[in-house]
Amino acid sequence: MIGWFNSHLVSMVDGVAYGLLLFTLAVGLSLVFGMMDVLNLAHGTLYLVGAYVAYALSDGSWLGLLIALVVGLVVGLLGGGLLAAAVAPLQGRGHLDQAALTLGISLIAAEVLVMIFGGEVLPTAPPVALSASVSVLGHTYPVYRLVFIGVATALAALVYLAFERSSIGALVRATVADRDMVRAMGVDTRKVLFGVFGFGAALAAIGGVLGAPIIAPGPGIDERVLVLSLVVVVIGGLGSVRGALIGALLIGQVQTLGVALVPSYAPFLLFGAMLLVLALRPQGLFAPARA
Amino acid sequence: MSAVTQGAAAPAPDRSHGPSRRPLPIRQSLVVGLVVLVLLMVPWVFDAFTVSTFTRALVFAVLAMAVNLLTGIAGMPTLGQAAYFGVGAYTGALVSIHWSELGVIQLLLATLAGVVAALLTGPLAIRGRGVAFLMITLAIGEIGYSAAGRLDWVTGGTDGLSGILPVVLLPGGEGLVNEGLIYYYVLVVAALAYVGVGVLLRSPFGLTLRGLRDNEARLRAVGYRTNTYALGVYVCAGGLAALAGSLWTSSQRFVAPGDMGFDIAALALLAVIVGGVGSMWGACLGAAVVVFTRDYFGQIISGHAPLLLGILFVLAVYLLPKGIAGGRAQWRSLFPRSRAETTPEEAT
Repeated sequence: MIGWFNSHLVSMVDGVAYGLLLFTLAVGLSLVFGMMDVLNLAHGTLYLVGAYVAYALSDGSWLGLLIALVVGLVVGLLGGGLLAAAVAPLQGRGHLDQAALTLGISLIAAEVLVMIFGGEVLPTAPPVALSASVSVLGHTYPVYRLVFIGVATALAALVYLAFERSSIGALVRATVADRDMVRAMGVDTRKVLFGVFGFGAALAAIGGVLGAPIIAPGPGIDERVLVLSLVVVVIGGLGSVRGALIGALLIGQVQTLGVALVPSYAPFLLFGAMLLVLALRPQGLFAPARA
Repeated sequence: MSAVTQGAAAPAPDRSHGPSRRPLPIRQSLVVGLVVLVLLMVPWVFDAFTVSTFTRALVFAVLAMAVNLLTGIAGMPTLGQAAYFGVGAYTGALVSIHWSELGVIQLLLATLAGVVAALLTGPLAIRGRGVAFLMITLAIGEIGYSAAGRLDWVTGGTDGLSGILPVVLLPGGEGLVNEGLIYYYVLVVAALAYVGVGVLLRSPFGLTLRGLRDNEARLRAVGYRTNTYALGVYVCAGGLAALAGSLWTSSQRFVAPGDMGFDIAALALLAVIVGGVGSMWGACLGAAVVVFTRDYFGQIISGHAPLLLGILFVLAVYLLPKGIAGGRAQWRSLFPRSRAETTPEEAT
């Protein structure tokens, strides 16, 4: 047992890194849907934009990474704001129109990105100071991934505390549960919704900046990231921070252990896990109570 | 949004809105005749590339009808029909390579394969409604796509299946290699599918599906087994999508995993939205708009097809909230048909 554990330790740590990356993506998608009732199929595009920002600005120095993070944050907030504004006129017209609109926007954005960055996958190097490998329990492991795990854990903790423990979080959760009641208490729920959209988008873009060395930017990556995030959201339950975290970590493990143990069936495992969860709990593992 | 509330909102006797109102038989048969005539003329008027684009548009029209059956009629938005399209395409290809070049056999077996695939996966999919259903079907589509790439011994992996023989209409007949003849073959099958769907929609089953969309809880309360109906329409849509897949194989004579990817499902959904959710002729027209945008106009402006499609998506959502079919109804309400109702300025 210990031998098995030891030989798959690298995969499992990889799975944690991958899972935390998925969390930064999926949580925004989940909250935007849970709150605004908006299905944002352009969410993967925000990751792609962040990853391209990292490719263009992160030159291996700490300053470069910092600049990339700031630019990613701004671009994410802008992108989220634009998406929220684009979707706003469709209130009450159902999910199909939202899906079509955001899918259209993602197609346009993908084409513009190809025009700027070309059609190749662009491997993005982590900062030079973090590009080494260290020895962990007898395995060599890239430092960047360990640091990423640290940063993403801090990010996840921050998101969790903000939503579950702060008064702003309470307001947001209340809006998820019963928008009309919150509005009746004199809160401009539109502002709350825009805030969450911007926040989720910024988180996805920052995920892109930090995740570029793990999932490199290129055509089609937006779609892949979107599908992974959707799987996480479906498993975790719509509109739940905790669900997104558990779902993301689960998918991270399924993905990396699956590739290590049964390489030819890895893609089926991912969706198999999703279908299994749906079969047992159609609303997801941690769906919040809805009014 | 039922017809009843629409009628209440517009007290004027504007009969062009009501779904129960049937157009005048003469006018209707004139329009149908004209459409058939134009469709029959295609190979005589256009060059080979345009004809093959028309063929692809017809194949997509059948797929769009399958998507519309679920999304527009039963209210179950799907992004997974490409999976059954792929099942049909691969089945058609395998039958053609290993067994028979007869079109009828390929079509029947492909449809059967689609029905079986939908029967196996449907019970899971129909556990969700609305966005949950959309996401499950998306997952099914992705599984289908990965399966096509992985199961090399059946599907040829990412290289796809080539060596598909030209389709033959009658035993001992010549294979269809001419673009125009393939077009006619696809046209006839697509027309039969259109009629078949029309019959289905007028049946009690078809009417119940609309009830499933409009008020499932009430339908269940009066004793309908709504899940059975949901599975039923899922299976019908799976078979229809597989039929389209078989037509795709016959017309392209090549199948690869890309033919059943997410973008195919998205394009089919776009066709339905552009054409008007719930309208079958709208879905067919939408399919033509989407295919010509991608293959024809995208070709002309140096392959920026995704950009054009994206713009089409956005414009369709903002400018045509009810699609082309709904736009026609709005157009009619602006300009009433009856001459007695038109003002003198409009009449001139």
